[in-house]
Amino acid sequence: MTEHIPILIVAIPMVTAICLPLVARLSPGAARAVDISGYIAVCVITVMALVRVLDTGPWHYELGGWPPPWGIEYVVDPLSGGMAVLVAFMGLLVSVYADSQRRQLPAWRSGVYDSLFMLLFSGLLGIILAGDLFNLYVFLEISSLAAYGLLSAGGNRAIVATFRYLLLGTIAATFYLLGVGYLYALTGTLNMADVTSQLPAIVGTAPFGVAVTLIVLGLAIKMAVFPLHAWQPDAYAYAPPPVTGFIAAVMSKVSAYALLRVLFFVLGAEGAAGAVIDIMGWVAVVGAVAASVMAVAQTDVRRMLAYSSVSQMGYILIGFSISNAHALTGALLLIVNHAVMKGCLFLAMGSVVWRTRAVTVDELAGMSRRLPWTMAAFTVAAISMVGFPPTAGFFSKWYLLQGAVEADAWVFAVALIVSSLLSAFYFLRAIERIYFAPVQDTHVRRARVFEVPVGMLVPVVVLGITVLLLGLFNRAIVTGVIEAALPEL
Amino acid sequence: MDQAFVGHSYYWLSAVLLLIGLHGILAHTHLMRKLMAMNVMQVAVIIFFIAISAKSEATAPIAIDHGTSLTAEAYINPLPHALMLTAIVVSVSTTGVALGLLIRIHRRYGTLEESELLERMRE
Repeated sequence: MTEHIPILIVAIPMVTAICLPLVARLSPGAARAVDISGYIAVCVITVMALVRVLDTGPWHYELGGWPPPWGIEYVVDPLSGGMAVLVAFMGLLVSVYADSQRRQLPAWRSGVYDSLFMLLFSGLLGIILAGDLFNLYVFLEISSLAAYGLLSAGGNRAIVATFRYLLLGTIAATFYLLGVGYLYALTGTLNMADVTSQLPAIVGTAPFGVAVTLIVLGLAIKMAVFPLHAWQPDAYAYAPPPVTGFIAAVMSKVSAYALLRVLFFVLGAEGAAGAVIDIMGWVAVVGAVAASVMAVAQTDVRRMLAYSSVSQMGYILIGFSISNAHALTGALLLIVNHAVMKGCLFLAMGSVVWRTRAVTVDELAGMSRRLPWTMAAFTVAAISMVGFPPTAGFFSKWYLLQGAVEADAWVFAVALIVSSLLSAFYFLRAIERIYFAPVQDTHVRRARVFEVPVGMLVPVVVLGITVLLLGLFNRAIVTGVIEAALPEL
Repeated sequence: MDQAFVGHSYYWLSAVLLLIGLHGILAHTHLMRKLMAMNVMQVAVIIFFIAISAKSEATAPIAIDHGTSLTAEAYINPLPHALMLTAIVVSVSTTGVALGLLIRIHRRYGTLEESELLERMRE
């Protein structure tokens, strides 16, 4: 059984997704059990896969026994294994969180909702493990379609935002597919390793440049980097909290992973994609700062968090663009950290909205006295976003800055610092309201403490603790996984 | 000048369709037209893939007579066709989801014209 783990990581959630609506019709309780056990199973086998890969090196799985480049191949290496563990962990926590909110829905609707969630989960894991470019496209679309369905569950405004996202997401996927078409026409293969081996013959030709540009553009739109982020704040603000929590935490990070995979593993950083990477870096610098400025201007906390995500995606791209060992370590660490931090922030904010209907920064006043544990986790994650030691966020920024200084990329370093200062401004403003402002809302004042149900509280607190653990044990993560996951430079 | 067009007509068709689609998505203000432009854009990529697999004097890769012509030159490359079947499925599902969203938008706001929609959303 263990030799089939790579395919099971994708197949278990996909089969579960198909079964869930049917099971939910028969018995909602059974559907819940199937749902949770699906996530737990994936968590267990992704950890098993990562442990094995760190021990024995990359694991190539040939689907149906067809050897690549003719057959489809799934690859688990330290990078994809690590990402898979991250996605599985977030999926499990969010599904526990969603459980409390889902009980209000009728049985068949909650079945469909869980099913879409599972499908999104499966698509993201597929992107991570795909060993060929076309499979990556298919999984990209599977996850996007599931995400459209989930985001639109947030009501009328969410539907309009989702339609915008759908148009932009489809443009992105079309660009990516066209780029893959160019690469296929040049090399006659879709397998990532095979494309790499044929690179020397095609690097520097005009069609190759077009292919790289189209692929990078497509994945960058999927990542929602500035200035291609317009759909994101609306969609995040109006979608159901667990959906936002999961999509904001993981989905853009998986696109970032796909970009890293294509740029550094398939195309190789040196020379092949040089100019595109440089331009990407400058766009990211503008984005990191501009998105932070826009975050300062927001009153709705969820929109503020969404703009902060856009800015953090800029940091990740800056890391890719500098592309020395320290900067890439920082970018990878940030992918992990940001998934945990942003997941924590959005889920905590979801609890606040669910309990008190407070959505603006001012309405957070005195919230620490109402939802003490949730707000403690929110604060830890917010401090980490700003980048205070010893939280996780400090170390990823530290590596990025070190990389920027080593590469003499002073503008990038300054952009990182300016953007961090701006984020300190808008996050500390929120923390100040939460802890020091007097309670304003009468609705909040009547009841004393009304913490959210355990099912919603535990995931948020676990994420908050994880932020601290990631910070304290960052050395172990960097030497244990990330250094093994870095591309050869 | 002829060199750029002769034998490349399908690539030009694909490029023109792609640009028409992209322009349509950006320029039209009616959401349904945006959706149709999106479909045109997807078709452009499908034509591109089919064009790169085309070959004159070749046939579908089905070996009827195993004895004689089993050389690769006699057959077109079936892989892009298979890929495009998948891409068509993706395109159909995306359109389906988009139409579902448009029905919900129209039911709530009574319009798909972007300016009116923004106005009614503000209320």
